Order: sequence, then C-alpha cells, then structure tokens
Amino acid sequence: MKKILAVFVIFMISQLVTLGVFAGSDGTLEINNKDKEQKSEIKDCFETVNRGIFAFNQGLDKVFFKPIAKGYRYLPKPIRSGTSNALNNLSSVVTIPNNLLQGQIKEAGINTLRFSINSTLGIAGIFDVASYYGLDKLDKEDYGQTLGTWGVKEGCYFVLPVLGPSTLRDSLGSLANFSGGDAWYNVTIGNNTKYFENSDYYYSRLTAGVDFRAKNLEAFNSLEENSLDLYASVRSLYLQDRKRKIQNSDETTETLNDDDWEEIDNQ
Amino acid sequence: MTKFKIFYFIFFIFYLINQLQAKEPGTLITEIVNEASIILSSSDPVESKIIKLNNIAETNVDINGIGMYTLGKYRKKLNEDQKRKYNKLFKSYFLKSFSSRLVDYSDPKISVVSEKKINEKYTIVNTVLEETSKNPEIKIDWRIYTKNPERPLIRDLIVEGLSLARTQKEEFKSIIQNNNGDINYLFKSLEEFIIK
Repeated sequence: MKKILAVFVIFMISQLVTLGVFAGSDGTLEINNKDKEQKSEIKDCFETVNRGIFAFNQGLDKVFFKPIAKGYRYLPKPIRSGTSNALNNLSSVVTIPNNLLQGQIKEAGINTLRFSINSTLGIAGIFDVASYYGLDKLDKEDYGQTLGTWGVKEGCYFVLPVLGPSTLRDSLGSLANFSGGDAWYNVTIGNNTKYFENSDYYYSRLTAGVDFRAKNLEAFNSLEENSLDLYASVRSLYLQDRKRKIQNSDETTETLNDDDWEEIDNQ
Repeated sequence: MTKFKIFYFIFFIFYLINQLQAKEPGTLITEIVNEASIILSSSDPVESKIIKLNNIAETNVDINGIGMYTLGKYRKKLNEDQKRKYNKLFKSYFLKSFSSRLVDYSDPKISVVSEKKINEKYTIVNTVLEETSKNPEIKIDWRIYTKNPERPLIRDLIVEGLSLARTQKEEFKSIIQNNNGDINYLFKSLEEFIIK
C-alpha cells in the first residue's frame, strides 16, 4: 500500500513539473477536415470534476507553492541559475531516450554530450559548461511527447489533484518514467543504491516545481487577473503548449489555424 | 499615346507614394515597443500611462477583428444589436486587460529578431523580451495583418508559441458553452470584468 502511495505521490509531483503546476484541463483535439473550417474541439470529459480539482489546486498553490516560490525568488541569482541548470541536466536522462524514440539522433548526441560535460566539468550540472563550448540547450522531451509524435491521440482530459492537468496520453507517458524510463528515478527509488536516497528524488521533483513556479510568478498573476474563466484559459494554454512540443516546432504559423481569420477578412 | 503616358506617369507616382507610406511590420513593432517603453519608464501617474498605452493599442491593434475572431462560431449567431454591444464591451475589456498587463513593467526591452511573410495578408514578426533578474528571456511573435500595407495592424501575440487570441477564443467559448449557448452570459462576464 505504501509503495502504491509512493508511486502516486511521485507521479503527482512529476506531473507538476513536466506539465506545469496550473495547467487546467486538456482534451482531445479533433481536427475535422470535412468542414472547410478546421475546428479544434476540446473534449473535456469530466469538466465538473476537473473544475473542482482545479479549484483545489488553486487553493494549494495559494497556500503552498506560491509563497515558497516567492521566497525562492529572494535567493541570489547564481543560486537559482545553478539550481535550474542542475535540474535541467537531470531531465536529460528522460530527454535522451525520448530523442532516440523520436528518431532525433543528432539531438540525442548533443544532449548526451551536454549531460556528460555538465555532470562532470559543470559539477553535477550546476554550471552549464556545455553551452560555453557551443552545445546549446535543446528542448526537453518526455514520453507523452513521444507517444504524440507516434500518432497517439490525447485521449480524455483530466485534472489531477496537486499535479494539475493531463491527458490520458500524457499520463501514460509519465508512468513510463516509473517503469524504467527515468534513470534518475531508477537510481534513487527503483534500485537500492548506496549513493542516493529516495528523498533525493522527491526533493529534486519538488524543487523543480518551485523553480518552475518562481519563473512564472508574474505570468500566472497576470493570467489570474485578466481571465474571465481561468480554468478554460489554462486548459487552452496547456493544450497549445503540448501540441507545440509534440510538433517540435518553433514555427508559430504551423500551430495556428487561419480559417477563422480568413472568414472575418471575407465578411 | 501622350494621354496614356500621362496616365501611366500619374499611376507610377501614386504607386511610389503608396510604397513610401507602407510601413514594414518589423518597423511597426519597433516603433510601438519604443513608444510603449518611453511611456512605461516615464514618471507619469499610472492613469496617464494607461491612457497613452490605450491610444497605442487603439491605433495599432485590430481590436474589432480580434473580438470577432474570439467569438468563433458564435459570431454568426449575433444580431446587429448584439454585435454592436459585443464590439463595445470587447473593446473596453481588451483595453483594460492590455494596459493592466503592461503597466507593471517599468522598462521592457523588446528587440525585433526577424520577420516572416506568411502571405499577402499576414507577416509574423519575431521579437525577444530580454531576460531580467526576475524573468527568463521570452520569445514573443506578433501576428500582423498586412492587407492594407499603409496600415498594418496587430492581430495576435504569440508568447513562447502560445497564441493569446486563441486562448481568448477558447475562454469565451467555454463561458458560452457552459451557459447553454447564451451569449448574454459572456456579455455579463465582460461587464463584470470592466467594472472590477
């Protein structure tokens, strides 16, 4: 029972980090090509429940994550940058296998080199020495994105307590981390090694959550203040973000549907 | 023949004037950003800053177009009275939301990186909001409507790949959908936000 609980807690925290603390709900993005108007339909399967959980997460953020993130901001910048670099370096152990699964051989090579250099010369990733040598940071990849690139649909959307948003596909992807897909999990919790404690994993995930929240304090405040329906805004942002990451594209025009604009222009 | 030449000459002059007046989308963004930066870094009272920022938005943003876009399929269901009411409400909502987001920045440093013409009607201008002690560097793309080259208009902001217009559209859709498709609930939400 304890083990199940532990897996659940880890799953929740990892979601918090990989998917963003706030992201509300997500659903299936259906592309209907029959209509000239290509419409994207979000299937929010359990919206009433999701909204309840979202409200709970908001409360938790208010009393826990936000104050801690604010305090974290008071730390000197080199400490925050070092923490962020180390966490980013740690995430490479998930990104690299996903680069390979997505056929990104070059990116896998670069990330492996970056991980090797930063883990050694960069002292456990605290310093991004690899960037100094011209190996620039690349986008993170996870198993949810890999499933997406393989053509797996989002499936039903749901909001998880504490973790925030997910889709069936993204949650399945996250579970891969606990089935041998995350080397950091394997050496801390999966296998008993004398070098690491279980708590190292929990602390790293929690710190990643706080680091992410601290970087987005103003953005979330602005979103909260200016949204008429915060839940829907967060859901939309989450969906757009995942779609963009799956497409591995910085080309914003690829992610935009011009049909509605076209219709307005022709009116 | 002489008549034809004169006509051609006049046409050519008009064409040249037109081209000179046409503003490049990248230039438009640079001008707006510089103007906003001067306003935000000034010692003016907040109310005065808001008025000036709103003037910039009214001149350079296609507020009506964005309003119609964000209504999605529901815009077809509006009668003329509702359309007028919506346009008015949306404009107030947009300006309030726009200025309140910006007024917290004391001196944002945004630089134009590149621009890409998608078609005759649209150009995407890629910019970067420089890193501060609080925030990391942020990529902001501006979707510029260039159908009238003399008056390019901003239609969307894409922050780190996330479209604000699309987010707004899905937010409005959610409000209407959760109230049995009744557009009046959206009007009510907008009114509440405006008087907040």
